[in-house]
Parts: sequence; structure tokens; C-alpha cells
Amino acid sequence: MSAVTTPARQASGGVNVKVINRIVIYGLLALFALFYLMPLFVMLVTSFKTMDEIQNGNMLALPKAPTFDPWLKAWGETCVGLTCAGIKGYFWNSIKMVVPAVLISTMLGALNGYVLTKWRFRGATLVFGLMLFACFIPFQSVLLPMATILGSVGRFGVTLQNSIGTSFGLGNSTVNLVFVHVVYGIGFTTLFFRNYYEAFPTELVKAAQVDGASFFQIFRRIMLPNSMPIFVVTVIYQFTNIWNDFLFASAYAGTGDSMPMTVALNNVVNTSTGVVEYNVNMAAAMIAALPTLLVYVLAGRYFVRGLMAGAVKG
Amino acid sequence: MAFLEIDGLRKRFGQVEILKGIDVELEKGGFLVLVGPSGCGKSTLLNTIAGLETITSGEIRVDGRQINDLHPSKRDIAMVFQSYALYPNMTVAGNISFGMEMRGVPVAERQKAIDKVAKVLQIGHLLQRKPSQLSGGQRQRVAMGRALVRDPKLFLFDEPLSNLDAKLRVDMRIEIKRLHATTGTTIVYVTHDQIEAMTLATKIAVMRDGEVQQFGTPAEIYNNPTNLFVADFMGSPAMNLIPATIGTNGNALSVVLQREAREPINLPMANAPAGLSAFQGKPIIFGVRPEALTDPEGAERNASNIATADCHIEVVEPAGSDTFAVTNLGGKGVVARLRADANIQPGTSTPLAFNLTKAVFFDPATENRIR
Repeated sequence: MSAVTTPARQASGGVNVKVINRIVIYGLLALFALFYLMPLFVMLVTSFKTMDEIQNGNMLALPKAPTFDPWLKAWGETCVGLTCAGIKGYFWNSIKMVVPAVLISTMLGALNGYVLTKWRFRGATLVFGLMLFACFIPFQSVLLPMATILGSVGRFGVTLQNSIGTSFGLGNSTVNLVFVHVVYGIGFTTLFFRNYYEAFPTELVKAAQVDGASFFQIFRRIMLPNSMPIFVVTVIYQFTNIWNDFLFASAYAGTGDSMPMTVALNNVVNTSTGVVEYNVNMAAAMIAALPTLLVYVLAGRYFVRGLMAGAVKG
Repeated sequence: MAFLEIDGLRKRFGQVEILKGIDVELEKGGFLVLVGPSGCGKSTLLNTIAGLETITSGEIRVDGRQINDLHPSKRDIAMVFQSYALYPNMTVAGNISFGMEMRGVPVAERQKAIDKVAKVLQIGHLLQRKPSQLSGGQRQRVAMGRALVRDPKLFLFDEPLSNLDAKLRVDMRIEIKRLHATTGTTIVYVTHDQIEAMTLATKIAVMRDGEVQQFGTPAEIYNNPTNLFVADFMGSPAMNLIPATIGTNGNALSVVLQREAREPINLPMANAPAGLSAFQGKPIIFGVRPEALTDPEGAERNASNIATADCHIEVVEPAGSDTFAVTNLGGKGVVARLRADANIQPGTSTPLAFNLTKAVFFDPATENRIR
């Protein structure tokens, strides 16, 4: 009898232990999630409160009379330094800087990855190693040399402006930032694409060669259309990094009309005239964070695996 | 002048020589199979013909035109890859017409060519699908369609059937053979499967370590192997290669085979190859294919030189169409191929007929054929 019942009892004991384990694990996870979501929650509720409610109420309480005014004020009226026209201009500055920087660095990374894996040349591994090394260079160490280079480029731009009437954007702070982010991003984007293309079937490239496709035709017609997953990963990574960058932005475009969102946000918060408008600050911070969230939500849909399924055997 | 000529082709990667002077030629409409174990250089040779690999020295000519240094797309070739290499982002029609698109063929003409090829390969209903929606055999067909549509001077196949399951492989093999017969194209085909080589080829080049071991028709390769490697590699089940010595029986030479715990078998040779007399009393390798070693009733009636000897049967393998019996001669397991209904029991002794007309002899030191 006992020989029959013992395993059953053990099994039910096992189930109990399992349930407890689950409760502990999920409990801890929920706790951590709560801990990380708390600041976002506070920001969000605060941005919908009036100043009175903030000064007199509980930080965690939901807004009694939700209002969009702080968002509108942050967007269109709040003071950044001495100009009080909201953050909208700086938001567009960031977009104008981020979109080209992300696209150029991603395309260059894809091209590098393509060459480094499918058109191997003598020393390809060394070149890749050096590009990888670029990923580990601390931002701070390039600040001054880059400033010198941008200064020279700017002077060349002025010379061009004087002699042929256009500087081709050389010396423009937005162009400068795009340049800096592209240079700094190539290491990462190359790493992403090289590793992806390393596993990309070389026979496809050979087949395209036999079909008569040129170097760039193969890249455009065969490689890129089959690179969606890594393309999305790279774009998300680059977009987030460049959008959030504060160091380069404040160093090379820290003043004037072309400062990006991150610098402007800092100036909004630091502007010390009268009361600190927490609700406006929070709304401005939320606006600054929205594009990266949006990129995750939109691009994440294409973040599907297995797009290559069926390329090679079955 | 042959249609495809390869002269003294060498290929070197750094210090390693992959191809060590290949000389091969193929007539127009021929089917050349490059066969050999993996790493023998057969795929590299195919890639040099395709232009996907450069060559170190030598010459490749197609229809009298030297193509050594031409870009793959200028060589008038088409290639079917082992993995099919279908472009996953394009439909079947897009895959087939990609080459024409690259060459700037007008859309209407492209469509006509696609339809024609689709009809030949019966893939008309698949044209709008993506490669990921196709089965292995269908992908194989599309890959062949992509090659066929070019109507090239030379078709190159790189182990095209190795990714298919056994049954489909046989079907596609027949299909390739039929395609070759109906279109009359010239084909170079790489495989490690010697059955594919035997069944498809008009010419076979058996390769090992970057050298052609033997080049000839399937019958030549099968019946007259030049060395031990070719004899061992071609044929399934493989040729029995039995260590033996040359003795005398009366005034004829004979083959002496050692047996376990019994006196050796002494097989008299009616018309031994001339070179064999130099090996009297010396060890040789005696090669006999399983079908030349059979039960006396099943032996070839009009073979001039048949010797019979009692052999101890260790294992019997009924394979349906034939029965294979394993005996031990010269310290090696030897396979005999008997009629399916041969009455034979393992553990007993039974007379086996050696068809010595079909036997071949090798020098164990050089591994070359004794003729």
C-alpha cells in the first residue's frame, strides 16, 4: 500500500513546491517591474496635474482634474534658456539630426558587412577588428579631437561659402552632429551586419553573380531585402542611442537654434525663473522620450525571425 | 576539338594546391560527372569553370573560346547550386527571370521564357509563390528552371540532389537524365554519389586530392579501373579487394586466396594479363565485383574463364532482388551476389563461381592496375 501511495504524495508535494516557486518568481518579477515603472508613472501623472495639485497633493495620486495644458505649454510656450517658444523647434532639430544619422550609419554598416563577408579581401579580418575596436572607444576621448576636426571642416565651409556661394552644410551644427554620430555608429552597425551576413548563404551571392548582377545590384536586390530583422535591430539601436545622446549634442550643438532635444530638455529643467513647473518639465521629458518608444512599437512589429526560412534547403 | 576543354588547370590557395593539373574534355551534348570523396577538389573545379573561383594556371575553353578570365555572367553558363540558392525575397517567376532582368531583356520576352520553362518543368502553378512556400523537390525544379531559362552553352550542377530524400533523389535523377536527353545540353555535374555518376554520365572523372584518377565512360571506369582507389570508390556494393598471391596451377598462373582454417583456394587463370607473370609468388590485390562472384547456376554462361571454389558463408543478406552472401577470403569479408532465390544458409560451405574474365589485379605497393 505505502509503496503505491508514496509516489503520489511525493508528486503532490512536488506540485506544491512548484507553485510556491512560481509565486516567488512572479512576485519578485512584479516587484522589480513596479520599481522600474514607478518613475514613469509619477512622470505621467504629474504631467497631467495642475501646479496646485502637485504642490498640495500626493506624488503618486492620480490627477483629480486631468489637464493637457502642461503638454501644450511644454510643446509651445515653455522657456528654453532665454527663448520662450517651447521645445517644438528642438524636437524637429533632433528629428532632422537623427533620421539622416541613423539611415546613413545603418546603410554604411550594411555595406561594410556585405564587403567584409561576401567580398573578402586580404586583411578583411584586421579591418573588421579595427572597426570593432571603434565600439570600445570612450566618447570623452574623442571630444576634443572631434572638435578640432569639426572646426577645420567649419572653416572650410566658410571658405566654400565665400568662393562658390554654398558651404554644402559644412560647419552647420546639425550636419556636424550627423557626421559625428555616423562615424561613431559605423563600428556598431558594421558589427551587427557583419555577424548577420556571416551566416547569410554565400551561394545566393554566387547565383546572383552567375545571373549577371553587379556588386551594388547584389547588395540592393539580394542582400538588403533579406536583411529586415537585422535592419530593424540596427535602426532601433542607432535611433535610441543618437536620440538620447547628450554629450556630443551639448559639446557640438550646445547653444543656439540647432540644439537637439536632449540639450533643450536640460535647459528647460535648468531655467530658473519663478516656480519650477514640474508638470511642464515632466511633459517635456515625456515628449522627449516618445520617439524612441514609438520606434520600438512600430519597428518591433517587423522584428520577426525566420524571414530567411526557405532560402536554403528545407 | 571538344566542346569543353580543360588543360593543365591548377588552383592554389596560399601554399596549398587544391587542383593539381586537371585535364578533362567533353564533347557537345555530353554529360560529365566529377565524382570523388569530399575534399577532392571537385566543387572547386566546378567553381573555376563557373568563374566563381580564379585559377592559378591552365586554360578553360568552351566551344573553342577561352573563358579563364571572364566574369561568371559572361561565360554563357548556368549553375544549379547544392542549396538551390533561390532568392528568398523573390517569387518563383522573379527567381527565374532575375538573370534576364539583369541583362535587360524586355518584360514581354521574359514572360515568354518563364512560361516556356515552367511548362517544361511543370511548375506553372508555382510561379507566384515564394521559395519558402515550396517543397524540396519543387525548389529543385525552380533552381533548374533558373538555369534552363538562360539556354546556356554549359550547365553546371553542384551536388543538386544531395539535399533531397532518397526516393525524391531517384525521381529527380531520372528527370535530369530525361532533361539532358530532350534538350541535348552539355552538362558538368558534381557529386559524391557514385550511383548518380554511373547512371547520369557519358563521361566520368574520378577525382582524389586534386587529381583526376581516371577519366572515361562509365563502363570503362566500372570495368577497367586504373587503380585501387577507383575500383574501391565506384560500384555499390563495392568491389571485393582481396589480398592474394600469384601461384601456378599446371602451366597456367593462378590466384591463391587464403582461407581461415582450410587450405588456400587456388583459382587457375586461363588468360591472365601479361603483367601478372612478374608477380609470381608475390602478393597482389585481387579485385572481383560482387556480381562476378556468384552461385554456379547464376554465373554468366558465356564467360570464358569461370573457376569454382567452396566457400564458407558467414552472413546472408536477402535484399529482395538479390541475395548477398559474405564469406571470408584473404582475411577480409568478401561479398558475393547471388540470385534472390538461391538456397543458401549461413554457417555452411557452398560452391561459388569466380568470373575471372571480369577480375582485375592491383600492385599493393603502387596501388596501380596490373595489366
